[in-house]
Amino acid sequence: MSGAVPLLATSGLTKIFGRLTALRGQSISLNAGEIVGVIGPNGSGKSTFFNLVTGFLRPNAGEVRLNGTPIQTLAPARIARLGIARTFQGTRLFAGLSVLENVRAAAQLRHPSSMLDAVLGTPRLRAVERAVNASAEELLGLVDLRRHAHRRAGDLPYGDQRRLELVRALATGPSLLMLDEPAAGMDASETRRLLELISEIRHRYKLGVIVVEHDMDLIMNLCDRIQVLAAGETVFEGSPAAVQAHPRVREVYLGHE
Amino acid sequence: MSPGLYIAQQIINGVSLGSLYALVAIGLSLVFGILRMTNFAHGDMMMVGAFAALTIGAAGVPFEWSLLGGIAIGALTGVIVERVAYRPVRGAADVTLLLTSLAVTYILENLGILLFTSSPHDFPIPEWLDSSYEFSDGQITFTQVNVLTVVLTGISLSLLGWFVTRTDMGLGMRAAAEDMQAANLVGLDVNKLIVIAFALASGFAGLAGVLWAAQAGVVEPSMGFTPLLKAFVAAIIGGFGSIAGALLGGYLLGALEVFIVAFLPSELSPYRDALVFSLLIAFLLFRPNGLLRTSREVKL
Repeated sequence: MSGAVPLLATSGLTKIFGRLTALRGQSISLNAGEIVGVIGPNGSGKSTFFNLVTGFLRPNAGEVRLNGTPIQTLAPARIARLGIARTFQGTRLFAGLSVLENVRAAAQLRHPSSMLDAVLGTPRLRAVERAVNASAEELLGLVDLRRHAHRRAGDLPYGDQRRLELVRALATGPSLLMLDEPAAGMDASETRRLLELISEIRHRYKLGVIVVEHDMDLIMNLCDRIQVLAAGETVFEGSPAAVQAHPRVREVYLGHE
Repeated sequence: MSPGLYIAQQIINGVSLGSLYALVAIGLSLVFGILRMTNFAHGDMMMVGAFAALTIGAAGVPFEWSLLGGIAIGALTGVIVERVAYRPVRGAADVTLLLTSLAVTYILENLGILLFTSSPHDFPIPEWLDSSYEFSDGQITFTQVNVLTVVLTGISLSLLGWFVTRTDMGLGMRAAAEDMQAANLVGLDVNKLIVIAFALASGFAGLAGVLWAAQAGVVEPSMGFTPLLKAFVAAIIGGFGSIAGALLGGYLLGALEVFIVAFLPSELSPYRDALVFSLLIAFLLFRPNGLLRTSREVKL
């Protein structure tokens, strides 16, 4: 299933904050349709990795390539437009807008319409609106939020807000989805639903997914491959079973759980 | 004079004055909503719009076109100020943004003095505008400028409402006002949205400037200061950063000012502005988020 060029490939990725090396020589690669987990104790470099790939930080050394093109110097909005969508720890919804408007704001990326279309109410505008509404309906259906489409996003229960944030990221039409602790604050049954949702998304949209997560259950059941970080260094990379069996990983991470 | 007619007259005055406050306050709120910055140079866009219209009109261009010119040049000035002065300090500390906007105020006002001197200039209006309506034997009067003010404000605000609620760009602007970083992340072009917010806000200020000058009959480089303060009060009353709040606050303030003069003992009339600013202090103390804004903490 892997082509010649991976969807995302980092190599030698290094980020130094003053005297602290947050990430050193990290390399990872994944293809469309793959789910890769990144785990490690707090301060191991997971968030730094996330922020480097999505353009919130610039690396001191190393490269991030999306479909073979280097993107490590681009701004976050540009990277989003190239097809990397992310969620945050905690939610960053447009809380005052409705559920549907959250999705529509993100769907503009795939379905642009000009001011002229809006002023003239052209047939093109109506076609775009139909496409946006259809895709928003589909996405909201995926997370059972269709009947809440007109509620204020900030008024949803926490679990729904997180799911909405996920489909808002999807609405941009990404090829790579990056989830930063998607299960944080969720109970066991919500986590199970999340697991099913991410698997469904991967199959339906053939996305690459990178998940940073503390919930080992979710990570082990969801991911094809897992990379383990500790103090900025890559400790191990392998299948969930291999990660669980690896003595050094048990020592640096699983032992602390 | 019958009390009913007297009240009707005061309502007309209040709506006319409130329209101007609302136009200016909405511009403040648009910019604050998206950038979380109080643009103290906003009042100077009124001055720029008014002088632009004066200059264009002096070249023999009909008033309708010089009015449009005032709006356009006001908008353009806002866009230039954003690009040159505000964008480089975007995301800096609040006090930096505040001082930057004060600096822009000084530059624009001094530019106005340089080009037009500091003394007031007559602002001629065309004959068709220089008339008034009288009803009930002159017990109710209002000028054509009053009518124009209310009508143009109504049209502008309807267009703004349509833009903000019905277009993709308006949705993007509301999204960016909620969370700029998240807006960036879903691929919205935040820079473009900010430029549009400044263009709209400053265009409204330009329009308000021309109407203000048409009512007062004069323009001067410092003319933006008082309306800015009043718009500031209006925006606080309604809820800073909220467009509907600015609209409500503008009309409430207009009505309040007119009613203070009309219904309180005449000895109190000179204290109109003092009463208005006392109201500002009361709101800041007891309801800092304004009438329509209940949740988010607002910093000025």
